[in-house]
Amino acid sequence: MPNLSEILDAFPEIENHRPWPRRLVDAASWRALTELLAEGEISLLGLWGDAGHVHMAVLATEPWSIAVASLACANGKFPSVGRHHAPAIRLERTIHDLFGHEASGAVDKRPWLDHGRWRLRAPLGQQTPPLGQQTPPLGERTTPPAYDFVKNIGEGLHQIPVGPVHAGIIEPGHFRFTANGETIVRLEERLGYVHKGVEGLMAGAPLARAARLAARCSGDSTVACSLAFSRAVEAAMGVEVLAGAVSVRALMAELERLANHIGDIGAICNDAAFALMLAYCSVLRERILRACYTGFGHRLMMDAIVPGGLSVDFGENEAEVIRQLVATVRLAMPQLIELYDDTASLQDRTAGSGVLKRELARRFACGGFVGRGSGRSFDARRDVAYPPYDRLSFDVPVLQEGDVNARVWIRIKEVEQSLGLIEQILTSAPSAGRINAEPRATQACATEGLALVEGFRGDILAWVRVAPDATIERCHLRDPSWFQWPVLEAAIEGNIVADFPLCNKSFNCSYSGHDL
Amino acid sequence: MRDILLQSIWRTPLTEPRPPADDAESLELRAQLKQGVDAFFDGSLSIRQVDAGSCNGCELEIHALNNPFYDLERFGLKFVASPRHADLLLVTGPVTENMREALKRTYDATPSPKWVVAAGACALDGGIYAGSYACAGGVSEVIPVDLHIPGCPPSPDLLIKGLLALMMKGRRR
Repeated sequence: MPNLSEILDAFPEIENHRPWPRRLVDAASWRALTELLAEGEISLLGLWGDAGHVHMAVLATEPWSIAVASLACANGKFPSVGRHHAPAIRLERTIHDLFGHEASGAVDKRPWLDHGRWRLRAPLGQQTPPLGQQTPPLGERTTPPAYDFVKNIGEGLHQIPVGPVHAGIIEPGHFRFTANGETIVRLEERLGYVHKGVEGLMAGAPLARAARLAARCSGDSTVACSLAFSRAVEAAMGVEVLAGAVSVRALMAELERLANHIGDIGAICNDAAFALMLAYCSVLRERILRACYTGFGHRLMMDAIVPGGLSVDFGENEAEVIRQLVATVRLAMPQLIELYDDTASLQDRTAGSGVLKRELARRFACGGFVGRGSGRSFDARRDVAYPPYDRLSFDVPVLQEGDVNARVWIRIKEVEQSLGLIEQILTSAPSAGRINAEPRATQACATEGLALVEGFRGDILAWVRVAPDATIERCHLRDPSWFQWPVLEAAIEGNIVADFPLCNKSFNCSYSGHDL
Repeated sequence: MRDILLQSIWRTPLTEPRPPADDAESLELRAQLKQGVDAFFDGSLSIRQVDAGSCNGCELEIHALNNPFYDLERFGLKFVASPRHADLLLVTGPVTENMREALKRTYDATPSPKWVVAAGACALDGGIYAGSYACAGGVSEVIPVDLHIPGCPPSPDLLIKGLLALMMKGRRR
């Protein structure tokens, strides 16, 4: 079997795609790539549609490298990747919903994001009916066809439908449980409820508006999303970011990771009915958000990262606030870790529940604590080594057990690493005033850029094509949840229904980032 | 755990400590909010939060209302699990077409009298998502809205101010 470079090197690199090469391949090579994915030789980073084309980003291991392959869709069809490599299935269904390109040979042809309620079909492709001749939204007129859930038949099986509106302050999604008594036999997810059409709104948007849209892909990862988008745009347009801004961006990314990890550790324990941990963790989280407000003018640091640099000042006064915060968190964490570790009744719930098998984590290339809790040692900060992480020292914790407990421990260890990173950034960063080199429309033709950034959940992929007038022609943002939601279905099997919130929270996948 | 529990006996509560001068306003607001809730809801108000397409930024800040700093329940305001238990729907997001029916059904399931608060910039008119094929464009497109709280996302302070404003509106009725 040919390896990745043997398949791709036969095709010329497409000009103006940075920093990794993109090649227009033929159908046979597309199938060969699919085979490599199915064999586990390479991992899938993304699969997305474009006008008349589909693109696939893959990650090769040892050494880590990224490549993009594109295929022209003859008669609106392309050979299905999902048929041989399951992680691609939902991505292909999405391509069909948004662009109308059909994956030939696909095993699952049901719609995914399109619930039959939009004014038109294939909104980013052919648009049927065309814009301008739209009917009112279907929700007003009639009930769309029922979704064809997988049927589970067997003695003593019953179904529990949950959602889209859940019993809590959570995002909407539908879960269809098939249970035998208390035990979950199968979970089927149905997502897409918060599909806002972000990629459609991106098309034609000026950079500033597109950056605001990117920052709102998933509010809890706003810094990471903005960073991924900005890095992709900067790669496309050849913009250098000042070293000071690069450091401050990483500082924000680590603060976001810290806030989310600590908040979620509390929330996971709360789902095991251990509210004490939630109370303490939410206090710490609140302190982090307040420090972020003082340092960056926004509690979640939204819109602080823009293509070209930063939109905020970060000086010595702000740095001091963050230093004090780090000291506070360092003081509080040992006690909380001890509390988690010493409470047997809590461990009883987290240890051994929601086990994600290593093989599945590897096959789906699960990012973040989901992958690293199941033996997949990948972290874009270390393995793609984008600045400033290439000059900072940190560990990437990995555990093998794959249960809720392992995911909690990965987060605890990552809190420690993030604190170390923040300290390194604050000692070594050149003091920075307002840093902003706005990318301008100077290039002669459209340029493309790709970025992979480690958010708290895992690696976020951003791909953009920037038009000569510095507007976005096409932008695709792939949230880490795409490769985490599907494995939750597997990890929950055999657990009791009452443990679903606990397992779900330990994954904490984004609905908004997925549905977009 | 014993140490933590013992410490919490001696430690002063975290709940917004003695008013620092710059925070006096929000504390005052919270005191007024208590009165408002007492006057119109007999001491308690049950809130059902519905995400109708937000980016989850609003949810993070609504969550923060329950942390020990804001501790919304001390005012008699609490989040409930079912619209059938709710007096008020707190709705976020531009209302995606895929959530339109679910939002309408949630509203219909809430017993009258009921109030609707739309929170966040996109809940007003779709905000940054306005004009998308997938969005209805604001909560009021689907269900009647009593109050809109601005912000992207609204901070916990602003959310509390917004709930207060609703009370005042109710008083004039």
